[in-house]
Amino acid sequence: MNPKADTQPADAAGGGVSVSPVSPGVGGAYEPEVSPTVPPAPAWPGGTSDRVTRILGVSTLVTAALTAWLGLVVTPPDKVQGQLVRLIYVHPAVATMCYAGFGLCALASLAYLWPRTRSRRWDRLAAASGEVGVVFCVLTLVTGSIWGRPTWGVWWTWDPRLTITALLCAVFIGYLALRRTGGDPDALAKRSAIVAVVCVLLVPVDHEATTWWASLHQTSTLFRANPLIHGEQLYTMLLSFVAFGLGFAWLVLHRYRVEVLEDRYSEEGFDAAISERRAEGGVLTAANRASDGVAL
Amino acid sequence: MLGMLLARRRWNALWRDALLVSSKDLRIEFRSRVTTTQVAPYAVLVLVLFGFAFDQDQNLLTKAAAGLFWVAVLLSSLLAVQRSYAIEATDGARDSLRLSGLDPAGIFLGKTLAVVAELLILEVLLGFGVVVLFGIQLHDPALLVVTCLAASVGLAAAGILYGMIAAGLRVRETLLPLLILPVVAPVLLGATQAWMAALGTAGGGTDGWRWLSLLVSFTVIYIAAGSLAFSILVEES
Amino acid sequence: MEPVIRFRSAVAFAGRFPVLAGVDLDVAPGDVMLLRGANGAGKTSILRAAAGLLRVVSGEARVLGSDLAVDQRAVRRKVGLLGHASGLYDDLSVSDNLKFALRSSGVSPTRASYALDTLGLVGRLEATPVRSLSAGQRRRVALAVLLARDPDLWLLDEPHAGLDADHRDLLDGLVKSAASRGKTVVIASHEADRAEPLAGHIATVAGGVVVEVAPGPARRDAGDAASTAEVERVVA
Repeated sequence: MNPKADTQPADAAGGGVSVSPVSPGVGGAYEPEVSPTVPPAPAWPGGTSDRVTRILGVSTLVTAALTAWLGLVVTPPDKVQGQLVRLIYVHPAVATMCYAGFGLCALASLAYLWPRTRSRRWDRLAAASGEVGVVFCVLTLVTGSIWGRPTWGVWWTWDPRLTITALLCAVFIGYLALRRTGGDPDALAKRSAIVAVVCVLLVPVDHEATTWWASLHQTSTLFRANPLIHGEQLYTMLLSFVAFGLGFAWLVLHRYRVEVLEDRYSEEGFDAAISERRAEGGVLTAANRASDGVAL
Repeated sequence: MLGMLLARRRWNALWRDALLVSSKDLRIEFRSRVTTTQVAPYAVLVLVLFGFAFDQDQNLLTKAAAGLFWVAVLLSSLLAVQRSYAIEATDGARDSLRLSGLDPAGIFLGKTLAVVAELLILEVLLGFGVVVLFGIQLHDPALLVVTCLAASVGLAAAGILYGMIAAGLRVRETLLPLLILPVVAPVLLGATQAWMAALGTAGGGTDGWRWLSLLVSFTVIYIAAGSLAFSILVEES
Repeated sequence: MEPVIRFRSAVAFAGRFPVLAGVDLDVAPGDVMLLRGANGAGKTSILRAAAGLLRVVSGEARVLGSDLAVDQRAVRRKVGLLGHASGLYDDLSVSDNLKFALRSSGVSPTRASYALDTLGLVGRLEATPVRSLSAGQRRRVALAVLLARDPDLWLLDEPHAGLDADHRDLLDGLVKSAASRGKTVVIASHEADRAEPLAGHIATVAGGVVVEVAPGPARRDAGDAASTAEVERVVA
């Protein structure tokens, strides 16, 4: 048998069975797209940062520092809430980023599930924004609780917004737990995408439920008196949105790139694994042939 | 015209598959009696434990009866869903279900129907339990029954969907409650409020039927999402 | 004629392990193809891929005219797989299992009694729950499902395992009969003495690839009347 032969003419007499043996150790028809010995050049040498993330990171730090200075030093305390009002430079922006994270996660998941737009990119974006969303969600609950203690006298109240945020937090913690289960990446991406889309579909139901429920117990009258903000307070609050928005983008981008690197790493692993698997066949074949004496 | 005919055909095939799967699941339950010998005693035990936890305070128990009833149902529904997937996991049954070419939406609806039937039986039993143990009176039986129906379909549909998502994973037993419990929170809220209205234990101003509409919208969302998602979930390998 | 199975450089993974590492295989209609090779060579994975249960992630995989990369479901009802697992529900009786399997694959349950008869699963056994059957009896129930469904492509994974001598003979007869009716059969087996006489072609599988394909002893020519007659005798 010619070890170089990749294909042989169809065996006409045998009911049209064409024979295409893959010779041991000769490549065969399958050629790995990426050779295991030559990994593709990483787009961001030395990690996940490049010029874009550096600019994002530096501007996050600058705007955050500016917000802190304006919020803690320049702006005056509130007449009613006193120093507590300074949380308005943190809590609303953090909560918005939490919802942005979950919303982005759901949209990316929807794009992944839609067959025409299916791409690993959407899955990576969903993973990145879901994770960053959970971080901001926990921050939202903590800052909300800190704000609530002096205002309401309790750390926790069944305020509808707080309740729904806690529910979303629990749902997305489940989502992250699912994402960690591993296995076939495409199957996992589909499962996770379904979870993200369905739980965001439920947000209106959750909202109605928690609002009606809270209204039964008149917690809404306890709801924090929103301070009147104006002038420098308003600018500071807007700046906090810019700072946290930049920080959000910065984190998501880094997290996205980690996903890209992980994908690339496992793809390299796949090609190496295929070569190994075929080599293992080559050894066995030689042994089989020697013992069985099968001739073609 | 032809499109309508085809849609009707697919619709009929869908329900045929759903009934086939649900009757198979129920037959297995009937034969193995896991629901009646394990899940039902568990559910009643949960009610008894509530009695211990509330320190025999009959007023408190009567007031909380609706909520306790639905917590017990929720916990039992987790077991029912896990059982529903355990019977598919034995000896390659999941593969043969995939090989059979059944409509995935039919599989979803069928497994949901079977769990709904089990939950309704459990709810009757637990209903007796709360009447006997917590001393409650039934004011509006129609609302009670309709709430049970809507909430059971919602719980079963959500459970079967997340059960399929967790199916085949090594960590499915621990992951499943984490996935299901936060999303069924509105069912617990809605069903409890509707029951409180129907039992007359609610404060003034609770409109039970309004809460029922919330349960129905939850259920519709999960039936639709599950039917669509199952074709994706069954096909992944 | 278009082959019933056509794999070209087919790659498939189980988790991160490449179970198929570029399989090339053609199986002609009416042929009996034997896949042989060591444990873990990829025989079962080839069968599962052909049944549309294992996704081929790269390369070409066509079965019964359907592209598996596009639609795995299309082939399911035309393919029967007899695997290591029987695919039966423990708590259901033999006949309930068979009826559910037939109804769910859109086959009339009237064929059930013929299949049960052929495999000797009548009388007391019919109403016995599958959990109390022996491994060989389970295998016979799974075989009865396959026989009643009578798919266009039979995929048999170690079909002789666990069967007694009489039922091994019966199985051989069923395979020959299926082939004579124009059905295509793929058998994965390392029991060479048992499976080889059935084979029209023998493919050697190793390391997730088909290393070579050789003609087998039962290579059928047009109008193979003798074997058909023999089959009829065995089945009856």
